[in-house]
Amino acid sequence: MTTLAIQMTGIDKRFAAVQANRGASLEVAKGEIHALMGENGAGKSTLVKILAGLQPPDAGQFFVDGREVTGWTTPQALTAGVAMVHQHFMLVPTLTVAENVVLGREPTHGLRLDRQAAVQAVRDLCQSSGLQVDPNRLVADLSVGEAQRVEILKVLYRGAQVLLLDEPTAVLSPPEVAELWGVLRRLQQGGATIVLISHKLDEVMAISQRVTVMRQGQTVQVLDTAQTTAAELARAMVGRDVDLDVQRPENQAGKPLLRVTQLQVQGSRGQPALLGLDLTIHAGEILGIAGVEGNGQSELLDALAGLRPYQGSIKLADQELATLSLSQRTQAGLAHVPEDRHQRALILDYSVADNLILGKLAEFSRRGVLDQRAIAAHAAELIAEYDIRPTDPQVPVRGLSGGNQQKVVLARELSRSFKVLLAAQPTRGVDVGAIEFIHARLRQARAQGKGVLLVSSELREILTLSDRIAVLYRGRIVAMLPRAQASESVLGAYMTGAAQAVTHG
Amino acid sequence: MMLLLFLWQTLRIAAPYLLAAAGGVVAERAGVVSLTLESFLLSGAFGAVAASHWGQSAWIGVLGGLGAGLFFGALHALATVRFKADQIVSGVALNLLAVGLTRFLLQMGFDSSSNSPRVPGFEGLGHPLLWLGLLIMPVLAWTLAHTRYGLRLRAVGEHPQAAESLGISVAKVRWVAVLASGGLAGLGGAFLSLDQHQFTDQMSAGRGFIALAAVISGRWQPMRAGVACLLFAAAETLQIQLQAAAAIPTQFLAMIPYALTLIAVAGVVGRSRPPAALGRA
Amino acid sequence: MARTAWIEMLFPPLVALLVALVAGDLLILAYGQNPAAVWHLLVDGTWGNFYGIGQVLYKATTLCFTGLSVAIALRAGLFNVGAEGQLAAGGFGAGLAGLLLPATMPWFFAFMLMFLAAALCGSAVAAVPGVLKARFGAHEVIATIMMNFMVLALLNYLVAAHLHTPETLHTQSIASGLVPRLSVLLPVFHGSAANWLIVLAILAALLVGVVLFASRFGFELRAVGLQVGAAENAGISVGSTWIRAMLLAGALAGLGGLNFVLGYKGFYEDGFAGGAGFLGIAVALVGRNHPLGVVISALCFATLSQGGLAIHALVPKQMVEVLQALVILAVAMAVPEVRTRLARSVRGKP
Repeated sequence: MTTLAIQMTGIDKRFAAVQANRGASLEVAKGEIHALMGENGAGKSTLVKILAGLQPPDAGQFFVDGREVTGWTTPQALTAGVAMVHQHFMLVPTLTVAENVVLGREPTHGLRLDRQAAVQAVRDLCQSSGLQVDPNRLVADLSVGEAQRVEILKVLYRGAQVLLLDEPTAVLSPPEVAELWGVLRRLQQGGATIVLISHKLDEVMAISQRVTVMRQGQTVQVLDTAQTTAAELARAMVGRDVDLDVQRPENQAGKPLLRVTQLQVQGSRGQPALLGLDLTIHAGEILGIAGVEGNGQSELLDALAGLRPYQGSIKLADQELATLSLSQRTQAGLAHVPEDRHQRALILDYSVADNLILGKLAEFSRRGVLDQRAIAAHAAELIAEYDIRPTDPQVPVRGLSGGNQQKVVLARELSRSFKVLLAAQPTRGVDVGAIEFIHARLRQARAQGKGVLLVSSELREILTLSDRIAVLYRGRIVAMLPRAQASESVLGAYMTGAAQAVTHG
Repeated sequence: MMLLLFLWQTLRIAAPYLLAAAGGVVAERAGVVSLTLESFLLSGAFGAVAASHWGQSAWIGVLGGLGAGLFFGALHALATVRFKADQIVSGVALNLLAVGLTRFLLQMGFDSSSNSPRVPGFEGLGHPLLWLGLLIMPVLAWTLAHTRYGLRLRAVGEHPQAAESLGISVAKVRWVAVLASGGLAGLGGAFLSLDQHQFTDQMSAGRGFIALAAVISGRWQPMRAGVACLLFAAAETLQIQLQAAAAIPTQFLAMIPYALTLIAVAGVVGRSRPPAALGRA
Repeated sequence: MARTAWIEMLFPPLVALLVALVAGDLLILAYGQNPAAVWHLLVDGTWGNFYGIGQVLYKATTLCFTGLSVAIALRAGLFNVGAEGQLAAGGFGAGLAGLLLPATMPWFFAFMLMFLAAALCGSAVAAVPGVLKARFGAHEVIATIMMNFMVLALLNYLVAAHLHTPETLHTQSIASGLVPRLSVLLPVFHGSAANWLIVLAILAALLVGVVLFASRFGFELRAVGLQVGAAENAGISVGSTWIRAMLLAGALAGLGGLNFVLGYKGFYEDGFAGGAGFLGIAVALVGRNHPLGVVISALCFATLSQGGLAIHALVPKQMVEVLQALVILAVAMAVPEVRTRLARSVRGKP
């Protein structure tokens, strides 16, 4: 075997309460497309960020082209041709495409920035790579797919020979994904080495030559894609056989609790995000919303929670929500586990006890004064019931692991008197142990006759929990399936727009 | 003749605004809050007089003003870029420091609590900083739009993580920007004191905040900020010339820049969007 | 956990003290004096005799109010740079009310009316930035600074054009409702401006503590200051919390005006605020936005202010202005530095 393009061994990395990598390793041959797989929180991104020089490892070594480069910095990595395409775009919205691409390595003409040379360089790169984008447009005006092309162009402009892509398809539509695969193959033919972070089995099977699987911060297996199966990969990822068909009691669909009709919502940039959506959640039912991120899920949740104006109607037990404030909606019977835990769900510097009473202040204060004894009793009870660790109610939530933070949110929301729970990405960034706990709690809510709206980018989660599954594609529900008729491949077909809109049951 | 006089007085009042506002645009576009302009002006004014007195030359005075502004700029950069101090707090502290330090040094160097002796300065149209003030905004606009540093500065002010991920040192860009801001506003202070041939206690008299008001009203664009400076200066000239007539109390005319700025930040007349990373470490 | 919390709280003020001592030594030496002699004079002229103590207490009273004003706004995530204008407006409100009240009005009613006038005027000035922030997202720092200039200009106009007694820039003396000096009951304080409003200042600190940490409103206010998104999601109205926080901050700063108007001079005088509002920022910062911290730090800054007068025989009193500024700068630099170093040491590895 020739020298490896990348060799990482024994990498440790710790963030406050979380051990992200423990003795992780990665070996990538020159010129291959290598997938790095694992569940959320398995430590994939951390490992790759260390490789890209964004953060130093606590222990371990790594080599690029046989040269030890442990703990190098981003500029050093860039000079050596190793560059990362981030999951969250690193683009300056007020600059043009060409300006973003050349930033940090600008062509100049004397004192003057050579704008024409920059535009030409971008055009040339588009030509050679097959990525299409107008170099003179402002980045703020681009679609997410276009923005990602700019990210890749940036990396190519720097002559990168090793490309690290972090979950590049999370925000892409199916044709854009296909286009991306074309670009990656073309780059590979040009001699580039590509590391692709993903947790999607079909992607990995489609594009990679080899796969490294990570679990809980460790590298557990390296496989040749051609000689493995999706089932084997899934087993390696989760650490046990994955049984997607958990036996569950057939639910008796109760009376309708939440009725959404002809919902139209605009996205943050004023673009239409939901185009007339109808759905109903019944008592004793978990309704899963499947879909590639960015197809209207966030807007749906925002409209339901009261963070975004909408047209159409949302009725909770026959009460129209449109004019209700957030706290009135809570009183009307809505509980909410928000998507963005750190920004929306928790006050990180508040204690566990204080976070547990957010949105319930009326119950815990009398004539404007907080009832500390009741707050402490409430906290003690929920900490025990939800097994929140550490058990000290006065610890700031900032110091808890992601799983325990999410348990705090869940404990607070499920202990309200509510009719319908909105659960958005309830297990994102949560360790495996806590995932099962959270799933059990959601099922328990269903058993108690509540309605649950589950939005998740994890298809397996949707399939494990839901009674019915709606597939959201470009602001519309393109399929409404009972669980029995759903499978990864069926849902995948609808999510990617390959199958046409139908409604069953 | 009246018109010429009016124009001349407006320019003279506008020059320190223009220099300080240019400094404000540079620092704020790089993401560093410019409540410090007042301190740069005041220290620059003192530095200019002290140097001019020592060297018996107005040109040495210019260097002194520049040096004092750079020194205060360096303090601001040290606090906010190196130590990640809150930019607003640092600004408040430096403004207090400039008042205290110039008073202390005035007492120490010139044995007075109110003013310095007369020093060599510049006369009327021969004041080189007047011309610098008139040229600075176009030069700055060109620099921001068409040079490598200008592009990097704008990127750092909008999305520092993106710049950092491309190997641009955010700290370095901001150091340069804050030093430039101190130097420019320091020269604005030097204009003031060399124009009057002496330093008087607190002679910046809130001009740094008017310059900041011009930056905000001008939506962080050099040319627009320059126009705002000229408008504010014209209002002030009007105030001085109407003083005799006393049609409107001078205090109300003095409020104009502040009221306009309030309206500007409230976004009542069009949205004015600050650089996205402004104020964040 | 507890250990790091203590380090985070105490280390920055200690750094500030050290910076003040070193910088002070340098300035004194530069002026050709003996540092030991100057420091001795400073302590002697403040805490060395009852007149000095009285003056420190008088100055600390105003600083306590403005410090609390800045602190409570900061807890809501708002930087109130406008305490100076709110303080001046509060003093003016009290002075104007005093002029309008009949001289025969019983003390208690006169005092209460002037108290209300001061609080309302301070609140009114603070309400503008609060509403602009809540309704339009206007940055409160800019808005409060602009309000300072406008309010000071307006007050200057009102006094100079309409209300002054001839040859001065102050109003006529108030007849009823003045607050007695401490020396009335405690003769040792004779001659100093210390008055019973200091009790009001301490009560205000207690009240702010109770509101912040024991009341529902305080819980919501701090939640908004720490994590706007999560507070909003919990059904807390962010805009109205901002406005209420600013009203409270303005009222506190406005009440500071009573100290000069009712406790010391007995009339409103243009420019009496004299930077005490800006110094309130320093007081809140060094006191870490905690009411108890604010009281202690107000005493420290008052000591420096009064000490400046005491040392004037040897070095210019402006030295303490330099030291005050350096203390703010040192604390501002030390706080994030300590935090990142602690975070790093908790992680165990460099």
